Amino acid sequence: MLFDYLPVLTFLVMIVLLGIALTVLIPLVGPRKPTKAKGLPYECGIVPAETARRRFSVTFYLTAMLFIVFDVEAIFLYPWAVLLRSTLHVFGLIEMVIFVALIAVALAYVWRKGALEWD
Amino acid sequence: MSAAATSVLLAVVVAVVKGVLIIFVLMTAFAYLTLAERKVSARIQLRYGPNRVGPFGFLQPLADGVKLFTKEVTAPEGRDRFLYLLAPALAACAAMLAFSVIPINQTICIGGTHGAGPLSASCPGGYPLHWDLAHLNIGLLFILAITSLGVYSIFLGGWASNSKYPLLGALRSSAQLISYEMAVSFALLGPVLLAGSLNLETVVNQQHSLWFVFLQPMGFLLYFTGALAETNRLPFDLPEAEAELVAGYHTEYTGMHFGLFFMAEYINMVTVCSIATVMFLGGWMAPFFFLPTWLGPIWFVGKVVLLLLLMMWVRWTFPRLRYDRLMQFGWKVLLPLGLANLMLTSVFVALH
Repeated sequence: MLFDYLPVLTFLVMIVLLGIALTVLIPLVGPRKPTKAKGLPYECGIVPAETARRRFSVTFYLTAMLFIVFDVEAIFLYPWAVLLRSTLHVFGLIEMVIFVALIAVALAYVWRKGALEWD
Repeated sequence: MSAAATSVLLAVVVAVVKGVLIIFVLMTAFAYLTLAERKVSARIQLRYGPNRVGPFGFLQPLADGVKLFTKEVTAPEGRDRFLYLLAPALAACAAMLAFSVIPINQTICIGGTHGAGPLSASCPGGYPLHWDLAHLNIGLLFILAITSLGVYSIFLGGWASNSKYPLLGALRSSAQLISYEMAVSFALLGPVLLAGSLNLETVVNQQHSLWFVFLQPMGFLLYFTGALAETNRLPFDLPEAEAELVAGYHTEYTGMHFGLFFMAEYINMVTVCSIATVMFLGGWMAPFFFLPTWLGPIWFVGKVVLLLLLMMWVRWTFPRLRYDRLMQFGWKVLLPLGLANLMLTSVFVALH
């Protein structure tokens, strides 16, 4: 029921206010004397060489894509896991064995293709 | 006032009271966890640790807090101003919000008759006092969803800083967090299968005769390993490997903004240990049958503290992994083991 979420909403409002207070208001307490050197991004003491908005390894994208596939499958399993004991029994088990076998095949495929290697 | 309006008002007031309590307890836990971490680390390395501020250094967190509050906040030029501020706030908010569905004791019935049996949480005719802020029937899904928001804060913080070390730290961290999140999701399916519910109180009640850690030792190990990685603890603290990345995603944060990231990290530790306690270690159940059961919250806190100490012990026991090995460990070891554990458990549950 949506009524159950009323406490969550209340708490959300409280901690959002707290978060705003801590990020925006508390820093006003301290001193503020900005200089040019303080504003530079930290690069171990030297003047930053080039922009930090640069390209990065494609493996990170690949990991994120694989994560979406496998995590959605994991979330699919949750409703099934709730019902297996009370309603689904062996029928649900057989269906899910097929589903998990497909996940395992997918994992074996990306493994074999070398998508999990970092070099 | 109509009955509906009264019940809405009552729910809001109760939520505010519980919310203030949760914020207070989590803040205190955060403060003293930093002290405990330093004390435990010091003892493991045969040092004393902080012992100057107050007796045994007990006022050290207060001094640290005052220092964080009064520090000058410097921020790098060229940052994305909104995201730079959003990231630490999001980290702290998500960490605290996740705690709102964790039950630390069984529902107490005020005024009515408690439903029969140890598994019942019903309370006809009275007011059921739940020991969690929100009594959701999808509590576990809620936690998984909210804790995932932490990835956004880390990535946004690292990217918005316009600096190279934070960017690298943020990339590594997000890849690591999402990889291990999967392992965690699969590991938590075991107790869900056994309990047949996502409501955390029901999960604990199902463990009244036998804790799930004995039925799911593999699941518990998988979860705890994944939890170490989720909270960026050693041996999985690659995001802030200080020898190579300065401080990772929060390199460019100072003062209270850094403090919020720090707070989120420790509150997340408390949360993952609480989830482990609820899902595997029987929540508020007494550890031995001869101990009194009405001390529920004490047993709960005791189990959480033991797990937290275990995390600190692990920190000084294992060396840090290399990044490629870390990712391969998640995908090639934890994920297949999680799938195998899931299959075994579901066969056991379906045929039992």
